[in-house]
Amino acid sequence: MNNLLTVITFTPLIAALITMFFIRGEEAATARNIKFLALVATGATFVISLFLILGFEPSADGFQFVEEYTWLFGLQYKMGVDGISVLFIVLTTFLMPITVLACWKVEHRIKEFMVSFLVLETFMIGVFCSLDLVLFYFFFEAGLIPMFLIIGIWGGERKLYATFKFFLYTLLGSILMLIAMVYMWVDAGTTDIEVLLTHEFSYLPLSLLGWDIVGGIQSLLWLAFFSSFAVKLPMWPFHTWLPDAHVEAPTGGSVILAAILLKMGGYGFLRFSLPMFPVASEVFSDFVIWLSVIAIIYTSLVAMMQEDIKKLIAYSSVAHMGFVTIGIFSFTHQGLEGAIFQMLSHGLISGALFLCVGVVYDQIHTRKIADYGGLVIRMPVYALGFMFFTLANVGLPGTSGFVGEFLTLAGIFQVNTWAAFFAATGVILSAAYALWVFRRVVLGDLVKASLASVVDLSSREKLVFAPLIIMTLLLGVYPSLVTDITGPAVMELKNHVLASLPN
Amino acid sequence: MELVILFSPLLGAILSGFGHHLYGEKIAIYSATGLLFLAAILSWIIFFTFDGKTQITQIFTFIASDTFVSNWSIRLDRLTSVMLVVVTTVSALVHLYSVGYMHGDPQWKEHESYKPRFFAYLSFFSFAMLALVTSNNLIQLFFGWEGVGVASYLLIGFYYRKPSANAAAIKAFIVNRVGDFGMALGIFALFTLTGSVILDDIFTQAESLSQRTIPFLWMEVNAAELAGILLFVGAAGKSAQLFLHTWLPDAMEGPTPVSALIHAATMVTAGVFLVCRMSPLYEFAPVSLAVITIIGAITAIFAASVGLVQNDIKRVIAYSTCSQLGYMFAAAGVGVYQAAMFHLFTHAFFKALLFLGAGSVIHAMHHEQDMRNYGGLRSKVPITFWTMMIGTLAITGFGIPLTHYGFAGFLSKDAIVESTFAAASETGLFAFILLLLAAAMTSFYSWRLIFMTFFGPRKGDADTHAHAHESPWSMLVPLVVLALGSVFAGMIWYPEFFGYQVNEFFGPSVFIGSENHVLHDAHYVPGWVKASPFIAMVIGFGLSWLFYIKSPDIPGALARSQRPLYLFLLNKWYFDELYEAALVKPAKWLGTFLWKKGDGMTIDGVLHLVAKRSIPALTQLAVRLQSGYLFHYALMIVLGMGCILIYVALFGGN
Repeated sequence: MNNLLTVITFTPLIAALITMFFIRGEEAATARNIKFLALVATGATFVISLFLILGFEPSADGFQFVEEYTWLFGLQYKMGVDGISVLFIVLTTFLMPITVLACWKVEHRIKEFMVSFLVLETFMIGVFCSLDLVLFYFFFEAGLIPMFLIIGIWGGERKLYATFKFFLYTLLGSILMLIAMVYMWVDAGTTDIEVLLTHEFSYLPLSLLGWDIVGGIQSLLWLAFFSSFAVKLPMWPFHTWLPDAHVEAPTGGSVILAAILLKMGGYGFLRFSLPMFPVASEVFSDFVIWLSVIAIIYTSLVAMMQEDIKKLIAYSSVAHMGFVTIGIFSFTHQGLEGAIFQMLSHGLISGALFLCVGVVYDQIHTRKIADYGGLVIRMPVYALGFMFFTLANVGLPGTSGFVGEFLTLAGIFQVNTWAAFFAATGVILSAAYALWVFRRVVLGDLVKASLASVVDLSSREKLVFAPLIIMTLLLGVYPSLVTDITGPAVMELKNHVLASLPN
Repeated sequence: MELVILFSPLLGAILSGFGHHLYGEKIAIYSATGLLFLAAILSWIIFFTFDGKTQITQIFTFIASDTFVSNWSIRLDRLTSVMLVVVTTVSALVHLYSVGYMHGDPQWKEHESYKPRFFAYLSFFSFAMLALVTSNNLIQLFFGWEGVGVASYLLIGFYYRKPSANAAAIKAFIVNRVGDFGMALGIFALFTLTGSVILDDIFTQAESLSQRTIPFLWMEVNAAELAGILLFVGAAGKSAQLFLHTWLPDAMEGPTPVSALIHAATMVTAGVFLVCRMSPLYEFAPVSLAVITIIGAITAIFAASVGLVQNDIKRVIAYSTCSQLGYMFAAAGVGVYQAAMFHLFTHAFFKALLFLGAGSVIHAMHHEQDMRNYGGLRSKVPITFWTMMIGTLAITGFGIPLTHYGFAGFLSKDAIVESTFAAASETGLFAFILLLLAAAMTSFYSWRLIFMTFFGPRKGDADTHAHAHESPWSMLVPLVVLALGSVFAGMIWYPEFFGYQVNEFFGPSVFIGSENHVLHDAHYVPGWVKASPFIAMVIGFGLSWLFYIKSPDIPGALARSQRPLYLFLLNKWYFDELYEAALVKPAKWLGTFLWKKGDGMTIDGVLHLVAKRSIPALTQLAVRLQSGYLFHYALMIVLGMGCILIYVALFGGN
C-alpha cells in the first residue's frame, strides 16, 4: 500500500463528512449513530495505523511510506514518516477511540462535537506526517480551529477567556513561523522538508539594527519557530494559557490537548529547529535548558498549591514538558530519545489523569480539590486506577513515566550538571504535589454529603482505562518497544546536528 | 530457581490483589503466603548450595538507549544469596503472622474487604525488594529501590481513613525521594564516567575513576568520590540515616507486621546492601567511606538517645532500628562490609522478632501502644514475653565476653565495634566511642521496654488488661522461629561472616582493596576493646533496672530536673520542626507566590495589557461563536480545505 499515510490521515475526515451530511433522523438514534460512527472510524484508523508500525523499518535511513504529488500553484503534497514521527501518529490514533468512548455521555450538540474531534484527528496526524512546509503549516494551524471550538462551545464558565488567551498566545508564534517559512522557501527554493533537512541555512554573524546576531539567519529562523513551538509545548513563561484552557475544556478536549497537541511543539523542535538550524540550536541551547529548569521547579511548586484538580494536572504537564526540552537540547542520544519517550508516555499518563478527573466531574460537577475526599471508600476500582496514574506521573520505575524522565536527565547530566541537579529536584516536587492531591481527593474518610452517592467506574469507563494502563506498564517494563524504533532515527539526528556544528 | 524466587511474590501479589473476587479472601491470602514460603525454602537451598561463583541470568531488555543498556536480569552472588534468605524468610513469616494479626482489624467496618489488599502489598513489596537485591545493573536496582518505596508508601498509608497514616505515607515517600534524587545523580555520574550502568562494567573501571576528576556544579571533584557520595545519599534516605531519618518513626502508622518486614528487617537495610554491593567503588573512595562512617556513627547515637525517652512501644523499636542501621554503615565505612552484612543478617531476625512481639502485645492490649499503659503482662502473654526477652538479649548483645558464644547481636555488633577500633583512623576511633555509648543506650531502652511492658504493676485501663490474651498460633510460630534465629544465627554463621571462612564465603561479591586489613586486624584488638560493648551493655541494663524496677520514680524526677534535655530528646532533636520551618513552609509560600504573582500578575498581566486593544473585536467574535454561525463557518472552511486535500491526495499526482 503506497498511500497508507493518506488513508490514515483522512479516514477520520471522511467520517466527519459523513456525520455532517448524511446522518439524519430522530434525535436519540442520530446521537447513537454519530457516536458509533466516530468510534468505528477512530478505531479503524488505529487498526490501519498498526500496519504503519508493522511495515516500518527502523534501521532504514530517511523517510518511509513517502507519498508525493504536485498540487496547485506549484505546491506539493508530500507525506512520509521516520523513527521520530511514526510513533506520534500511532499515539494519536490510539488515543482517539479512547477519547470518543470517554465522551459517550456528551449530549450537547453531539454531532458538532464528534465532527470537531474527527477533523482534529486528521489535522493532528497530518502534522506528524507532512513532509512539506506548507502542508505542515496548514495542519499545524488548522488543528487549532477545532480545538478552539471544542473549548469555546463545550467548555466551562470562563471558556471564552480561555479560548482567547489560547488564541492570543498562538497567534504571534504562528505569524512569525509563517514568515520564517516564506524565507526558507525563498532561500532554499523548495518547501520540501526532506530537502530542507539537508539545506544549510547561513549562520554567518549578522548585524541587524545595530545588534550583532550570533548564528545569523539561522538564529532568526530558529527564534521564529521557537516562538511557535515554545507556546505550543508550552515552555515557561509562555505557559499560562494551558491551565486556563484545560480548566475550561471538556474532558475529551483536555485529553487531546495534553496528550497530543502539546507534543507538536516538541516534535517541531526535533523536526525543524535541531536539524535545520543546528548552529542556532547550539547557540540557544543553554537558554532553552535554563527555561526548562525553571519550568520544572516553578510549575511544580505552583502545581503543589493549586485548588483545582485540572489546573494542577496542567501545571504538572508544563513541568513534564520541561524534561522534554531539556533532553532535546542536551544533544545527547539519551536526552533526545528520552524526550521522545517522555512525550509518548506523557500522552498516555496525562490523558489518563484528565480522564480520571472527568469520571468524578461527570458525577459531582466540581473540579475543586476541597470538594472531594475519601472517594476510595465508594470507588475502590477508580482509586486504584487513579493511584496507578499518579505513580506513573511521578515517574515510578516500571511505568512509562520513569523512562523518559530518567533518560533525559541522564542526557543532560553529561553536558550540564547544574541543570541536571536542579531538574532532578523535579522528581521530589512531583511526588509532593501528586501524592498530596491524591490524598486530598481519594484518601481519607468519605464524609461530604455531596459524595455520598458517587458510584465506581462503569464497564465503559473500565474499558477506557484498561488500554492506557496496559500501555503505561508495557512501555515501562519493556521500553524497547519504543527505543527500537526511535533509536536509529535519533542517532541519525544527533550525528547530523553534531556534524553541522562548526568547530 | 532464582526466577521462581523472584516471581513467586509477584504472582502472589496478583493472585491476592486481583483474584480474591473469584475465589474468596482465604484462598487469596493463603496463596500469597504459600508462595512466599516457597520462595523462602528455595532461597535457603541456594544459600546452602551456592558455590561462590557469580551467576547472571538474563531475562529481557529493559532500557536500551545507545550505550545506556540495562537488562532485567538476576545476579546471583554471595551478597544476593544472603539478602534472598533475609528477605524471603522474614517476609514469609510476616505473611503468616499477618493471617492472625490482620484478622478482625477494628480499623475497618464489617463488610469491608481489606486483607487481600494487605497481602497483595506485602507480596508486591517482597517482589520489589528481590528485584533490588538480584539486580545486575543500576537501573533495575533503582526499579526495586523505588518499588519498595511505593510498597512502603502503600502500607504505611494502609489505614487510609486516618489522616496521620496518610501524612506519614507521603512523608516517607518524599523523604525517600530526596535520597533517590541523590542516587539518580550518582547513577548519571557513573554512566557519564564509565559509559555503562552495568555493575561489572563499573567495577572494572572503579580504580581508574579514582584517578579522574569530573566537573560537578561549581566543583572539580574526584570521580569515584562523587559517585560514592551521591549513591550514599540514596542509601541514607532508604536506611533512614541522619538528616533523612524523619520518615521512619512516622512510618509506624502502618500495621505492625509492616514495620517488622519493611521498616526493620528488609527495606531499610537496602542502603547498607547498596554500599556493600558497591564495595569495588567505595574501596577507591576513602572520603566517601569516612563520611559513611561518621554519619552512621552519629545516627547510631542520635537515634539511641531519642529512643531512651519514647513511650510508644513501636517508636522505641523504630529508633532502635535507625540506630542499628547506623552501626552497619559505620562498619561498611571502615571497610569491613562483611561485618555490616553480618549485622544486617542477625538484625533481621531479632528486630523482626521485637516488632512482631510488640505487635503481639498490641494485639493483646486492643491496639494500645503506649507503654505507660502496660505493665505486668508477662503472665498474660508468656510466649510473647519469652520470645521478646530473647530478642532483647540479642539486640543488647548478650554473650560470654571474649568468646564466640552469645546471642546473635552479641557476635555481629561486637564485630562492628571491634572493626571501628581496628580501623585505627580518626573516624574509626570517633565511631568506636559513639558506638560504645550507643550500645549502653541500646541496652537501656531495650530493657526499659521489657520492664515497662512485662514487669511492675498493671497500669492503664483495667478492662483492657483483664481481656489481654495470648495471640493465636499463626502469630506465635513466627515469633518462635525468629527467636531461634536470634539465639543461634550469630554463633552458627560467625565463621562465614567474620571468622576464618570470611574470604572464602564472600568470594568476589565483596571487594577489599589491597591496603585494607581492617577485618584481619579486628581479630587482634586488645581484650578491653573486645569486652567493652559487653560492659556498656551491663551498664545500660543496670541503669534500666534501677530506673524501672528498683526505684520507678527516678525517671519522672530526672525528666523534671533536666526538662530542656528531656524535651529535646522527646521531640527527636526537633528535626521535624526544623524541616517544617525551613523547607515545607517556604516551598508552599513560594508555590503560592509564583502562582499569584508570577503567573497571575506578571505573565498574565503583560498578556492582558497586549490584549486590551483587541478585546472589542474579540468580543464580537465571541458573540458569533456563541450563536453558532461562526462555528459552522469555521467548520465549513476546515472541511473544505480537507476536501481539497483529499482530492489532491487521490488524484493530484496524475
